[in-house]
Amino acid sequence: MNENLYGVLTLFVSVCFILALKGLSSPKSARRGNLIGAAGAFIATDLVFFSPGMTHQHKWWILGAIFFGVIVGVPAARKIQMTQMPQLVALFNGVGGGAAALVAIVEYLKLGAGASTAEVVATVFTVIVGCVSFSGSVITFLKLQEIMTTRPVVFPGGRFVIAATLLGTLASAEWVIHSLGNTSLTVMAILALLFGVLFVLPVGGADVPIVISLLNAFTGLTVAASGYVLQSTLLIVAGTLVGASGTILTRLMAAAMGRSLFGTLFGAFTAKPQAAVEGGEVRSVKSSSPDDVAILLNYAQRVVIVPGFGLAVAQAQHTVRELADLLTAKGVDVAYGIHPVAGRMPGHMNVLLAEANVPYEQLVEMDEVNPTFPQTDVVLVVGANDVVNPAAKTTPGCPIYGMPILDVAEAGNVIFLKRSMRPGFAGIENELLYDPKTSLLFGDAKDSLTKVVSALKAL
Amino acid sequence: MSNLALLSIFVLSIFIGFEVVSKVSTTLHTPLMSGANAIHGIILVGAITVTDHANNNIQLGLGTAAVVLATVNMVGGFVVTDRMLEMFKGKPRVKKDAEVSGGESK
Repeated sequence: MNENLYGVLTLFVSVCFILALKGLSSPKSARRGNLIGAAGAFIATDLVFFSPGMTHQHKWWILGAIFFGVIVGVPAARKIQMTQMPQLVALFNGVGGGAAALVAIVEYLKLGAGASTAEVVATVFTVIVGCVSFSGSVITFLKLQEIMTTRPVVFPGGRFVIAATLLGTLASAEWVIHSLGNTSLTVMAILALLFGVLFVLPVGGADVPIVISLLNAFTGLTVAASGYVLQSTLLIVAGTLVGASGTILTRLMAAAMGRSLFGTLFGAFTAKPQAAVEGGEVRSVKSSSPDDVAILLNYAQRVVIVPGFGLAVAQAQHTVRELADLLTAKGVDVAYGIHPVAGRMPGHMNVLLAEANVPYEQLVEMDEVNPTFPQTDVVLVVGANDVVNPAAKTTPGCPIYGMPILDVAEAGNVIFLKRSMRPGFAGIENELLYDPKTSLLFGDAKDSLTKVVSALKAL
Repeated sequence: MSNLALLSIFVLSIFIGFEVVSKVSTTLHTPLMSGANAIHGIILVGAITVTDHANNNIQLGLGTAAVVLATVNMVGGFVVTDRMLEMFKGKPRVKKDAEVSGGESK
């Protein structure tokens, strides 16, 4: 294919990506936007086989690898439960970062001593950031999948180890730039992988989404840098778009949690370890029965449902909708109070409730629902914990301090649906559970809600 | 292409990226992250190019691995984003028409 034609078609693909991101910005056009992006990616992948300078000597290797990638990626994306989606996105992001690092390494091996300084610098950047993105994403995956602890992992002298790793990475980068050798590159890649692990380990479970978003932006930038090495405008445009959008999204997420990005990433090093929860004293909580809850709800004027990740785990979104419909039919004013980071990613809860066909108008965002709590008779907290934990306001130094919360304590009654007294994802005790106006309904959220629904029907 | 031209493309892309996503509603943040994630799977194009030019087995092996990873990123990313967005369709106007257990079997 002629170089100009290839250039024009590549430009077309870049426009597809811009339209894709643009489309994703409104619910109406989001799905179409994603499809435009997919179409662009498909065209670009076909096109590259006809690009000027292709030798086709390893065609079957490449096609085989693509086939293998498709049979791994598609079933994973189709079968994953919606509750596990954040970790899948993390994993996809990680492999993307890994791919960018490998591309840069291969290009570096090929350029050898003939590389210009700018190319070597771009390569070094891609390898370092790609490796950090890869190993960091794997750790976020392990945390979200709860294969490893979701608490911040801090060890004595941790910050010196992490600083030393970073310095070592940068020193080896300098070494690569001067020596253009393979040993230096290997050392640098290993140190960068290690840095990625150390960088994410101290991040607490509730902050992991911010880190995924940040690593997503990182991967975008590595793709842009490898685009420079390969002289591909498409990679530069697409990578930069993702880098820019990822940066904005990361800031929005951090703002939703009331944290600075710096505090999220380095907070665990400065925060004091949590005081052991109330030295052994067993405090009493008020537990409730489905019948009591049904009666309380039946005579309420206004009920706010606060859904959390526990609702998603129990797959209770359909039952919760049934309950809400029943209450609405009885003349109760029902709304869902959606915390921006309910679930594990911003908007995660909206996706899950949309799955259960919850009317859009009933989903009320935090800033709008908070002033209404004093007029609310009953708040039903279904599998949420950290987003209603007053410790975010009252306990300086706790991992979620400063995060805006839903002020459910202002309401007349608070009912928690919980499986156990286990603290939430951030691992912090919730004082609200011991409040006299709070009652707890223990059990699987779906079972409990089903019982409440039948009790309510019987009234 | 000259370094200056590539730099211009880079800088202008940053502004487009900021401009295009700064108006996204919070509801769509998760799909946006996932969609952007799929877009950087375009590194597949780079992976194909370097693998095609591989001169020895090490380069071929690393390049092929890059193609696999990039494909997983791209294809998986678009599929999972589509699955998320599928749930938004037609949602706002759906009234309570006894479809309570309908979607659950999926």
